[in-house]
Amino acid sequence: MTKTTETTGYNERLEQKLAKIFAGGQQKYHEKMKESNKLFVRDRLKLLFDDENYAEDGRFANVEAEDLPADGVVTAIGKVNGETVCVMANDSTVKAGSWGSRTVEKIIRIQETAEKMQVPMLYLVDSAGARITDQLDMFPNRRGAGKIFHNQVRMSGMVPQVCLLFGPSAAGGAYIPAFCDIVIMVDGNASMYLGSPRMAEKVIGEKVTLEEMGGARMHCTVSGVGDVLVATEEEAISEARRYLQNFPANFAIKPEKIEAKAAKAGRSLEAIIPENQNAPFDMYELIDQLVDEGSFFDIKKLFAGELITGIARIDGQVVGILANQPKVKGGVLFGDSADKGAKFINLCDAFSIPLLFLADVPGFMIGTKVERAGIIRHGAKFIAAMSSATVPKISVIVRKAYGAGLYAMAGPAFEPDVCIALPTAQIAVMGPEAAVNAVYSNKIEAIEDPKERLQYVQQKHQEYKEEIDIYRLASELIIDEIVAPHQLRSVLSQRLSFYETKDLPLPYRKHPIYPV
Amino acid sequence: MKELKASMAGTVLNVLAAEGEAVTAGQAVLTIESMKMEIPIEAEFGGKVEKIHVEVGGFVNEGDLLLTVGE
Repeated sequence: MTKTTETTGYNERLEQKLAKIFAGGQQKYHEKMKESNKLFVRDRLKLLFDDENYAEDGRFANVEAEDLPADGVVTAIGKVNGETVCVMANDSTVKAGSWGSRTVEKIIRIQETAEKMQVPMLYLVDSAGARITDQLDMFPNRRGAGKIFHNQVRMSGMVPQVCLLFGPSAAGGAYIPAFCDIVIMVDGNASMYLGSPRMAEKVIGEKVTLEEMGGARMHCTVSGVGDVLVATEEEAISEARRYLQNFPANFAIKPEKIEAKAAKAGRSLEAIIPENQNAPFDMYELIDQLVDEGSFFDIKKLFAGELITGIARIDGQVVGILANQPKVKGGVLFGDSADKGAKFINLCDAFSIPLLFLADVPGFMIGTKVERAGIIRHGAKFIAAMSSATVPKISVIVRKAYGAGLYAMAGPAFEPDVCIALPTAQIAVMGPEAAVNAVYSNKIEAIEDPKERLQYVQQKHQEYKEEIDIYRLASELIIDEIVAPHQLRSVLSQRLSFYETKDLPLPYRKHPIYPV
Repeated sequence: MKELKASMAGTVLNVLAAEGEAVTAGQAVLTIESMKMEIPIEAEFGGKVEKIHVEVGGFVNEGDLLLTVGE
């Protein structure tokens, strides 16, 4: 606000009101924020928007109440990376960021603006939840808090929705992060829970700390509700800005190509990939050799590490990567990895980000534990999401792709635009050891001489390997291409540019019955 | 005292740490064979190995105790 030289009484009144609003809640709450390394809501917005280029709506909400500046939430439209976005940001210095009727109305209105303008919606959450004293005005009504979640669901896949969690997101409020595309959480400060530890003790008798039950680290490593764990609020904001660079403003626009960068200097793919199918290696090292240096944005890095999911650039072209990680749990797929893959595919497919699958997968996990936990229905989510994605899909068989693992990683039957094999690729229902055991176990056991038995097994392994030889699969047109590992990056770059115009009509129906 | 538990079901292929030995977080302390893969199990925290609860060739289920590590 610039002061005019001819300040009138009207302007003085306005400036007094504004000064009060800009100051937020009481000084003691500001000090409390500082002690826990938290920023005041208006400082968060300064960091988020380009050169403070934003405009606020509903700034005077509840101005007559005196102690509820902006009614505890700032809602604004402005520029991030030169693109328009809408933002709601709780002010936890005002009644702990709790929601009154005007708070809720402001959030609903900024969501409506995001939908009308078809731009991303960001939620900067730091709130204790509903103001129980005001519940009839903000909880059950048509434009009550439920409408916020209803809008989120409606806008999902239409415009990007990002949650930055700086403090608590309690009870019903915890659904804001859950309905976002991505949740960035500040370690030590952010938390999500339906019932607080105090409530858990009173209602079910459980004694637990907030960090154990709903802390940022727990959600980013165990529950999977959190996607990116960061150390500071500044980092959360810069990560959100970095994430958005990969996305168009809405589903109808395609993501833009940016300036290309070389891949990080490192070992060749030939050196990275061990010949022994069963030996572990670090898939991150391989990804580094395929993508533009520094472009990889890891999503759910700390959750279900056996499947890597992240968005990157190859020669400036955006791509969503799903890669099995042989170093973690052998790269075997579990229920959590299936969930992780399914959500990531839905995210990329919604915003026209092509998908690249890097397969080195022994299959889905077997055994009592996982069957009881419903690995079949979890796996179905992953396969359904991959199968229904209509963006360009490139399937690369790095080493083994066994059983339903081949399916999940966009195997030939799922209409990838191309299925590329490296010379180390091995596609089969199961690996040679397991297959020979399954087919010939009776015969093997019947051979008494151990030497003879070993010889027999080795011979059968050899026959099996010949049967699934990758050149045989290429000859049968099962795979489309065999590529030398060191050429993979340039091949992928070329394919991505060829597939830019892909346009698949969706099947005529209302929607599938999503496996859940 | 902290507990290192199996992240998945499998057979213990080899034990890479000994009781009484100091280990650091991220160090591979066991190899499990599962789904025909050799899976390194890394210590999630550093400390002295107090007890090894499994032996080579034995089956472990997801969540089973592998090692206890003291301060």
